[in-house]
Amino acid sequence: MPTVENTILICAGGACISAGEKSVKNEIEDALEKYALNEVVQVVETGCMGACDLGPIAVIYPEGVFYQKLDAKAARKIVEEHLLKGRIVKEYLFKGDTGEIKEKPQEEMPFFTEQVKIATRNLGVVDPLSIEEFIAQDGFFSLHKAIKEMTPQDIIDELKKSEIRGRGGAGFPTGLKWELARNNKGNPKYIICNADEGDPGAFMDRAILEGDPFNIVEAMTIAGYAIGATKGYIYIRAEYPLAIERFSKALEESRKMGFLGDNILDTNFSFDIEIRIGAGAFVCGEETALINSVEGKRGIPEVKPPFPAEKGLWDKPTLNNNVETYANIPMIIRNGGEWFSQFGVEGSRGTKVFALAGKVKNTGLVEVPMGITLKKLIYEIGGGVPNGKKLKAVQTGGPSGGCIPEHLLDTPITYDNMKELGTIIGSGGIIVIDEDDCMVDVAKFFIDFTVEESCGKCTPCREGTPKMLEILEQITNGEGTEEDLEILKVLGKHIMENSLCGLGQTAPQPVVSTMRYFWDEYLAHVNEKRCPAKRCKSLYRVVIDENKCVGCTACARVCPVDAISGSPREVHEIDPEICTRCGSCLEVCRFDAISKVSP
Amino acid sequence: MAKIKSLDDLMKIKEKALKGLKMRDSGKKGKIIVAMGTCGIAAGAKDTLSAIVNYLDEKNVEDISVVQSGCFGLCDVEPTIEVNLEGEEPIIYGHVTPSQVKRIIDKHILGGNVVSDLVVKRGEL
Repeated sequence: MPTVENTILICAGGACISAGEKSVKNEIEDALEKYALNEVVQVVETGCMGACDLGPIAVIYPEGVFYQKLDAKAARKIVEEHLLKGRIVKEYLFKGDTGEIKEKPQEEMPFFTEQVKIATRNLGVVDPLSIEEFIAQDGFFSLHKAIKEMTPQDIIDELKKSEIRGRGGAGFPTGLKWELARNNKGNPKYIICNADEGDPGAFMDRAILEGDPFNIVEAMTIAGYAIGATKGYIYIRAEYPLAIERFSKALEESRKMGFLGDNILDTNFSFDIEIRIGAGAFVCGEETALINSVEGKRGIPEVKPPFPAEKGLWDKPTLNNNVETYANIPMIIRNGGEWFSQFGVEGSRGTKVFALAGKVKNTGLVEVPMGITLKKLIYEIGGGVPNGKKLKAVQTGGPSGGCIPEHLLDTPITYDNMKELGTIIGSGGIIVIDEDDCMVDVAKFFIDFTVEESCGKCTPCREGTPKMLEILEQITNGEGTEEDLEILKVLGKHIMENSLCGLGQTAPQPVVSTMRYFWDEYLAHVNEKRCPAKRCKSLYRVVIDENKCVGCTACARVCPVDAISGSPREVHEIDPEICTRCGSCLEVCRFDAISKVSP
Repeated sequence: MAKIKSLDDLMKIKEKALKGLKMRDSGKKGKIIVAMGTCGIAAGAKDTLSAIVNYLDEKNVEDISVVQSGCFGLCDVEPTIEVNLEGEEPIIYGHVTPSQVKRIIDKHILGGNVVSDLVVKRGEL
């Protein structure tokens, strides 16, 4: 084999693929072949590198030069300039806030340097499909240690020492969960990995499965040994085809090398994993619904208790953890529970992967120690709000979570603090909301989501959430009253107290939480028929300032519904009856003459 | 692929794979630059490049990196290569055919003696 001199790591996470990673990779490979470099330059597709707004990304080693926002043209240029002639292509380097060029942002930018990677340690580092590269990063050494040097109880003790809690949303202590599943009588027992990541905006589980699938194979196998199971299922949603493909390949490779199957690592322990593909119902992320779905039944939740650790899959004791929880396990086994507990703070140990989205500069995936403040996460790591806008609130925990207003951003992110503020860490989705967003509209968005996803089994959720949505629609249409707000409160409380499963019990949370912190916005909608953020289309008009309009006709030409009239060089006018508030005219006016006004 | 049974088996794979990953960090003692402009390629630089890479591999030389560059500007003596060892002045060789590659690697890289009859230039370009 010829010696490889350069390695190009191309991020093949979902976001980069959507941004055109394939054409970049193809172009790089074509160009390498053209210049006869294909034998000395290795191209490796890695898992998500986390900086999704910079994609497609390629990092060239040994120098470690970080190229961003690539396309086919850029790819060719990088091969011709950087690899062939050794000249760095400046135009595709990362640029900081003030336009300064950074060759290696991964070594300087807080987005990269403030991260502590445990669950996502191999993402963007190894070829996800190479079992050898995984082993080179100490992969499967933890499995060896666990089944050859430790008893199941030793493993559970380490997890308890690490104080790790479930990363899927509820935050149940993982060590305790494993112990319950181990001690409950029943044969056989089962392992489940919940990869039905459903929260809008959260995609860390997908990134882990796509970028480091062997890590999850190793963790589930350790779990099998610890609780005495010989069979595991991973429930991956059908919307994640790449994760399914890579995980399937990882299973095959692991079997070939004896990390799965009979007599693992030449011991008496046998274990195997099967993939179950979920059809994309949000409720199937709820563990009892997920278990029904794995069994081949309709995915609807059951009353708890009994909990799955007692009566789960086919009524047998079942251990169910989320992908990110499993992703931490091999490192805890390798380095010990105490090592893990040095990260984070009391009650919330270790790190958490957050998916930054919404009105934040550096959208993407970051892994940081728990207990970090929201302010640091959003301003230092996330780079703050773009376009000079003001941050209004941060939504966490998806449809089961709530909002945190700007003045509380100094709060350290812990399970307990979030609960106190009326939200949850959940699966780690962080949506940044700025002054242009309406909080009533945000609440409506999430309720709309749960109405769609309610399974219909219990009445409070099935009937209650559509009623809440109806009222929110009235409010945003300017037809709401203060009495409606009271009804919303009562309904919310009722649904939370009486629903069967976690979906219904938390569904009103986005409404309850926005009412708690942004009551004045609700009041403005119902009393003044005004949307302070000018987001709700029925509550503002678009008007042209006659002092500023020069009659350039740009707005009239772009209006899709012909709502704008006026002759050239004369002041134009918008007919509010025809206007659909699409905002096209606002974008094209060069004289700042068009604005939104409340009625 | 044989099944992994022991820690030794695991270590073997790790070491082998680490070798493959190693090149992502530098730390080489020197490099050979092959001029791969249109002129170089037309004169056979592609064959020269693979000959270098293969012969280094054959001789288990791991601390020398092979880098490609554009035209050195010495088009009449292509294929040209530059041997650049740490602490020594760079040497440019001309008319480097695959058979000369072995001489250069044996004598210069491994033996430390410049192959004078092929030298076209000493020192920085």
